[in-house]
Order: sequence, then C-alpha cells, then structure tokens
Amino acid sequence: MYKYDNYDQAIVDARVEEFRDQVKRRLAGEITEDQFKPLRLMNGLYLQLHAYMLRVAIPYGTLDSRQMRMLAHIARKYDRDYGHFTTRQNIQYNWIKLEECADLLAELATIEMHAIQTSGNCIRNISSDQYAGAAADEVADPRPWAELLRQWSTFHPEFSYLPRKFKIAVIAADEDRAAMRLHDIGIHLVNRDGKLGAAFYVGGGMGRTPMIAPLIKDYVPIEDFLSYSEACLRVYNRYGRRDNIYKARIKILVHEIGADEYRRQVEEEFAHVKTLGIDPPAAELERIAAYFSPPPFESGLSDDVDRSDPDFAVWLDQNVKPHKQAGYAIVNISLKPIGGIPGDASSAQIDVMADLAEKYSFDELRVTHAQNIVLPHVAKRDLYAVWQALNAADLANANLDLISDIIACPGLDYCSLANARSIPIAQKIATRFADAERQRDLGELKLKISGCINACGHHHAGHIGILGVDRKGVENYQLTLGGSGAEDVSIGKITGPGFDEDGIVDAVERATEKYKELREPGERFVDTYRRVGMEPFKEAIYG
Amino acid sequence: MKLLTGNDLASGAVTWWTGSGWSIHVEDAVDVGESGDAILHAEEGARRVNAPYIIEAIPTPEGPRPAHIKDRVRALGPTVRPDLTLKPADPAAGDWVI
Repeated sequence: MYKYDNYDQAIVDARVEEFRDQVKRRLAGEITEDQFKPLRLMNGLYLQLHAYMLRVAIPYGTLDSRQMRMLAHIARKYDRDYGHFTTRQNIQYNWIKLEECADLLAELATIEMHAIQTSGNCIRNISSDQYAGAAADEVADPRPWAELLRQWSTFHPEFSYLPRKFKIAVIAADEDRAAMRLHDIGIHLVNRDGKLGAAFYVGGGMGRTPMIAPLIKDYVPIEDFLSYSEACLRVYNRYGRRDNIYKARIKILVHEIGADEYRRQVEEEFAHVKTLGIDPPAAELERIAAYFSPPPFESGLSDDVDRSDPDFAVWLDQNVKPHKQAGYAIVNISLKPIGGIPGDASSAQIDVMADLAEKYSFDELRVTHAQNIVLPHVAKRDLYAVWQALNAADLANANLDLISDIIACPGLDYCSLANARSIPIAQKIATRFADAERQRDLGELKLKISGCINACGHHHAGHIGILGVDRKGVENYQLTLGGSGAEDVSIGKITGPGFDEDGIVDAVERATEKYKELREPGERFVDTYRRVGMEPFKEAIYG
Repeated sequence: MKLLTGNDLASGAVTWWTGSGWSIHVEDAVDVGESGDAILHAEEGARRVNAPYIIEAIPTPEGPRPAHIKDRVRALGPTVRPDLTLKPADPAAGDWVI
C-alpha cells in the first residue's frame, strides 16, 4: 500500500480546510449555488435526488483495513449506515449533509483518503485490476504505475479543466478485469524482450456513444510512461470539443480525426513533452514501487483445501481464484445477495471485511469495477474460516460472474440523471434466477444495468445489457446482447423494442433459455451469441 | 397544479413549498399557480431552499401527486429501501411511485 508523504498529506489537509471555508461561505450566503456548485463537485459532492451524495476516491480500488473501517465509520456517523461501491472502484454515500461534509472529509484525510477529482472535467480516480499483485498472469504489478498516474494527475494544473471528464485504467495481465479498453485511456503493461513497457489504447468509453479504444501505441518504453500520457492528454485538451457536451469526450475526437491522425499528433507532442523532463527518476519510481512489494508470504503452504462442507465447496469453486503464490488464493466477496442492492454494504459488513483483511489477507482489500470486494492474499488453510465469517455476515454469496452478479447503477432510486430505476430490475432478475444450480448451469453471464444513457452500469459491456429509458414518463427497458468489458471487448447490440419492468425479466429469461438450447460444450452465453448471431435470440425474446 | 420543490441547503433534504414555508412531506405542498417563479427566486435568495424548480402535479384526495416518476421518487425516498423512505412502516409505499 502506498503511504502519503508529507506533501500528499499537506495538500489533502489544505483542500479540506479550503472546502470548509467554501461551505461556510455558501451557508452564510456569501456565494451563490452557481458559484458553489463547481467547488463542491471538485470535492466529490453532488446534489442527488434525496440529498447530497459524496463520492470518495479509492485509488485503483486498493484499501487497507484501517481505511475500510473508516468507510464504515463514515457510513454510521454521517450517512445511514451503508455505502455503495461503484463501477469506478469508489464508494458513494447517499445521505450526506452539507454542513457536516468538511468534518467528514477531515476524518477521511486522517487515513489518507479524499473525494478530490471524483467529479468534474478532470482526470478521475485511476482504476486497475483488482487482482494486481496476486494474479499469476500479470507481467508486473500495475499499482505503482497507477499510483504514479495518481500523483501526476492530482491537481495537474493543465488538466483541471479538460473538455470533459477523463478516466484511465492500468492493467498488466492478459485477462482484462478492469474494462481497460472502455476507458478514455487504457494502459496495458507489456513485456518486450524482457523490458517493461506500456501499450496505450485511447478513445474508449461507454455513455451515449460507446466506443472501444483503438490501439495508439503498442509499446511505450516504461521510462516514457508519463510523457506519453501527458502527450495523449495535451492533444485532447487542445482539440477536444468544448462546444458540445455530447461530443466532448476523447473518444469523439479520436473517432472524428481517426486513430492514425491522433497518433501522429500525440507523437509530435510527445517529442516535445519528452524534453520537459516530467518522467520521474528511477529512484522515485523505486520509492513508489517499494510500497507495493509482495507481502511476506509463507513458503511451503499446502494447496489442499478440505471441501467436505458442500456450501463451502460451492463458494470455493465460484468465488475463489488462483493466486501466483503457492498455498494462497484470491477471495472474491460478492456484494450481490439475491434480492439485494448491487454494491451496497452495511457498516457492519464493511467492518467484517476490514477485520478479515487484517487477519487473513495481509491487511489488503480491493474494490472491483463489478462492485464486489476482494481479499487478494488469503492462505488456503484459512479459506474455510474466512468463508464462515463471510457467511455469518451475509457476504458468502457464491455467484461471482454468474447471472445474479449484476452490475447496476443507482438508477432513479437515487440519481438525478437517471430515467429509470435499475436496482429493482437487478433484484427481480436475481430473484428469478435465485436457484444456485440454475445459475451455475448458465455459467459465466455478465448482466449489467444502467438507468440512463450515461451507462454508469456498463450495460454496453454486458453479455446481457439493460438500459432504462423514459418513455412518456413511464420506465421502459431496452435489452442488448453480446457486449463484453473483458479482453474479448465488444459493444452489445440492441434486440428490438423495449419492455416494462416485468417484461424485461421475462425477456432475459427467454434469452437464457435460448442459449441453453443452442450452446455447444464449453460455450458461455456470449460465445453462443457470437456464433449464432442475434436472430435466434430475437425470435425467442419477441416470439 | 404546479408545485415548488427543492432541497434544504444545509441537509440536502427534499422539500416542498407549503404556502408559508417548506415541508419534507409532499402532502403539505400547495399549488403555486403562476407565482412559482417569484416564490422560487425569493426563497432561493434567502437560502431557505437550494436548487428549486417547479413541477406539474395532480391533485388527489391524499394530496398532490407529482406528474413525473422522478419527483415521486424524490417525494417518497428510494423505492428499494422502504426503511429509508418517509413511510418506513409501510412496505407498500413504493407502489405510490409507480
């Protein structure tokens, strides 16, 4: 885990006091809401349907138990006893009072956390692979590079007023667990002839115009990592559309001028940026990387696990993934109980996860873009004890990557931008498919729901995607098939006319039944869809 | 009928114009007719409400019912957390929203 140096702490503390003063002036009427709104947004504070909502940054989704306990404390003290983990690996609190917000942020700052740059047209929280440092298939730990980007992008004076918000993901494994190519910049660390470098994909994103980021450079030497990032941003900052909010994301720029022309301009800019000396010296890189050294794994641990408890065995098969270190495993904690709210956790559950991380996972936790939590380094001998503790806290849902492991945005139950509710649809689908054996028989099936075209619920990237729309004041749901946010990235295609709340659940069920009828051995839902195309599914769905 | 709604500046709570002040209960809201804009500017200027706006609503025996689902969700609370709505003892309260 990275630890703040004095400079990090000083700027976060200073920002808290600056915001405290801004709130005081707003409450005293010295500034208007129009003047205050951009200031509160820069500190992650939105005004949503029911109250202020605070989005707290969790850098590359990494937490320790002390930070996790603070998140629980904030839920208890300042909110209504729960938090919502998001698709950007952050946490949101839905019931924050403006008058208490500075105190909340001051408490967050004590454990090296903040809400800076979780809103606004700036570089947002850097996201990454939740298995970083634990995955067997990574060429390097991506977190030091994500941390470098965090430091570079925090209060970057040139990039504080970009044409639009900007999201960067960094991964280092063949398996893309971070929807890398659906980011404004997706960075894939690679090895070439034994030397670390980075492939840059630029211009991806979801929203109303989903696009898969094209490859802009297949290998940037690692010593040019920041300079190349800076060049990518500079070209966007100069030519991104500021005249039209719907065309302001970098994906539109790259699409309009073409990847080749964008690449040419980046190369030209890079030649200049490289002369500025912004890439850190090796000693600084080593200082950052040292914070992410592997924990002191025990050697010689057994890989055997007693599977005699059948419920434990099911969870083991579904939620526990291989670790690069013999004798260890990666534990996924699903925040998707049947009929529950995807991504929500009570303060008590957050405390339980913190305790387990401290006791069993070298004090580390990760938040996933699928709105789940990971204990990255658990000795296999401890898996049963971890499962028992999770089970007691209603956190042992054995449904990772199954149809009930649904990504859903807050939707119209909370969000002022939403057109339709997302959560009730997720609850109804999960309930319809509650039977565990039925879910497992369907296999990997990523279902994602957004309550509006902004696509916070990643519906474009769902094997099955659902988009809520407003049809003359009535909620209506469009169905898409064939999307993926993984290494086989694709954008889902709409099936046809939309459905009402119950109709969309039936439509999903008919699609899964058709899959079962058509699938060949080893095929996932999305594989079958890609092989047979839309028509058979469309016939099944619409009769 | 037309209602005036917004959020309390300090707490963020959803509020409704009652004719003489602000209530968290939509049942207390009154028709502002054509005077909505004037009330809105006066109340916003005095910081008694934040981000106010005028909505259409339908009068019913139980009180005004906002015309759009978004404002009905605002009036009640999240339909997926009945315990956090203004009617926590009524698990079917969400039906009013739909």
